[in-house]
Amino acid sequence: MKRSRQENLLEKWLLPLVAVAVLLAVWHYSVLMTGTRVFPSPLSVWRGILELLHKHVLWADISDSLRRVVIGFAAATVVGVPLGLCLGWFPSLHQVVNPVLELLRPISPIAWIPVSIIFFGIGDPAAIFLIFLGSVFPIVVAAASGVSSVPPLFRRAGRNFGLTNAQLLRRVIFPAALPQILIGLRISLGIAWLVVVAAEMIAVDSGLGYLVIDSRNSGKRYDLVVAAMLIIGIIGLVLDSVFRLVERIRSVRWGFRHAA
Amino acid sequence: MALPGIAIPDQAAAPKLQVTNLGVVFQGNDKTIAALDNINLEISDGEFVCLVGPSGCGKSTLLNAMGGFLSPTSGSVSIDGELVSGPDSRRILVFQEHGVFPWLTVEGNIGFGLAKLSRSERAQRIAHYVELVQLQGFERSYPSDLSGGMKQRLQVARALAVNPDVLFLDEPFGALDSITRVMMRGELLRIWQAERRTILCVTHDIDEAVQLADRVVVLSSRPARIQNVLTIDIPHPRNISSPRYLTLRDELLKMIGLAYEI
Repeated sequence: MKRSRQENLLEKWLLPLVAVAVLLAVWHYSVLMTGTRVFPSPLSVWRGILELLHKHVLWADISDSLRRVVIGFAAATVVGVPLGLCLGWFPSLHQVVNPVLELLRPISPIAWIPVSIIFFGIGDPAAIFLIFLGSVFPIVVAAASGVSSVPPLFRRAGRNFGLTNAQLLRRVIFPAALPQILIGLRISLGIAWLVVVAAEMIAVDSGLGYLVIDSRNSGKRYDLVVAAMLIIGIIGLVLDSVFRLVERIRSVRWGFRHAA
Repeated sequence: MALPGIAIPDQAAAPKLQVTNLGVVFQGNDKTIAALDNINLEISDGEFVCLVGPSGCGKSTLLNAMGGFLSPTSGSVSIDGELVSGPDSRRILVFQEHGVFPWLTVEGNIGFGLAKLSRSERAQRIAHYVELVQLQGFERSYPSDLSGGMKQRLQVARALAVNPDVLFLDEPFGALDSITRVMMRGELLRIWQAERRTILCVTHDIDEAVQLADRVVVLSSRPARIQNVLTIDIPHPRNISSPRYLTLRDELLKMIGLAYEI
């Protein structure tokens, strides 16, 4: 049965808005009732956001964070996708490289912060390196498993049309694995956004992560801390939503059941 | 309607496909399985041959060996006197279902094997086959928008578009419901009559074989040998309740070892 437009509107927009409103109310009254002087109320956070905007620091911090994420994530994509395709294509290579990958993969990028500072010093390259490390592994794993799970029927159909190995990889294997690769990229972008904040707290002196730690360290401005946290959350949500739009492109949509 | 570059084959020519003493043995870890044993078969140009036999007897193995997907352990397969040594777009295998590429449109699928043609030639070829398999109006649709029968017609169009010498169909309608299957038989026959390709079709449907084929090759259980060959000497369109049709159908059932009275 097709649901009415009103029902969809209610479920998609109105109820989530109510949930946000309830959360804000609970937050507001909790601050009031406990009488805390440390944790800010929603209203003071809003004033904090306005203050940041007024001082023109917010856009600079957002663009610094986004720049680092874009560069680190792009590097991870450029390295991760071809590497994953190779590993999926050559199972023997996968066997050789897999133990190293599996050893490196569980190490949190946070643990790499001291090492990255030794390598690159304080600055952009260190943060970008951490973002790269955090996001490259899910991409490699998704691409490799994408290739190895391409149905043999597609390979045979491709071979049947006289494709060379390179053509088969480009015209059959890659498009067949693309939905899985996109899932890997989306997960990685989420991780990249998590990592940039952590990296900016230690390895650089700008960006939203730095804004969080700097607001706390210089004057215990928790209104600004929470304001920065909220902005981090909103941008993360926007990034994920943009990526979900990619999944709706017709040539990959077949691989996403939820979008079909 | 004939397209430039697609010749209508001459039926009276020498055998199109020749299978000589073909044997296939699979080497397992601790045992060997003989799948095909001494298969000899000649198929003429433009002929429609069905392969039937018990389930698991090696029908698909035979098709794979003929298509060059499988190296025979002994014997050989040649097409137009040329030895088959690997997959080639001159002989196309059509699989059961899910063989079309879901990331390409109907046009993209049909044009898949036509990368070497110029843009206008490719467009012309695609348009011809869209019309032949009656998918007009669906050119820009993706396979997920098509029914099972339409997907199979698309697969046949994709195969025919590269102008193959031989078309191998591996239970092409096996996954379709019975009504669609009967309709697809009519479609395949119409396409075959229009294009006159040499077709080898594996089926486990006796009616399908008797309705479509010029000859039905009956294989034994594993290792498959040719047990019988039945020539269907009824012109198309075939009346499926005519006495001759029913006699041939019964004969085929007997050859397979099935009682025709249950």
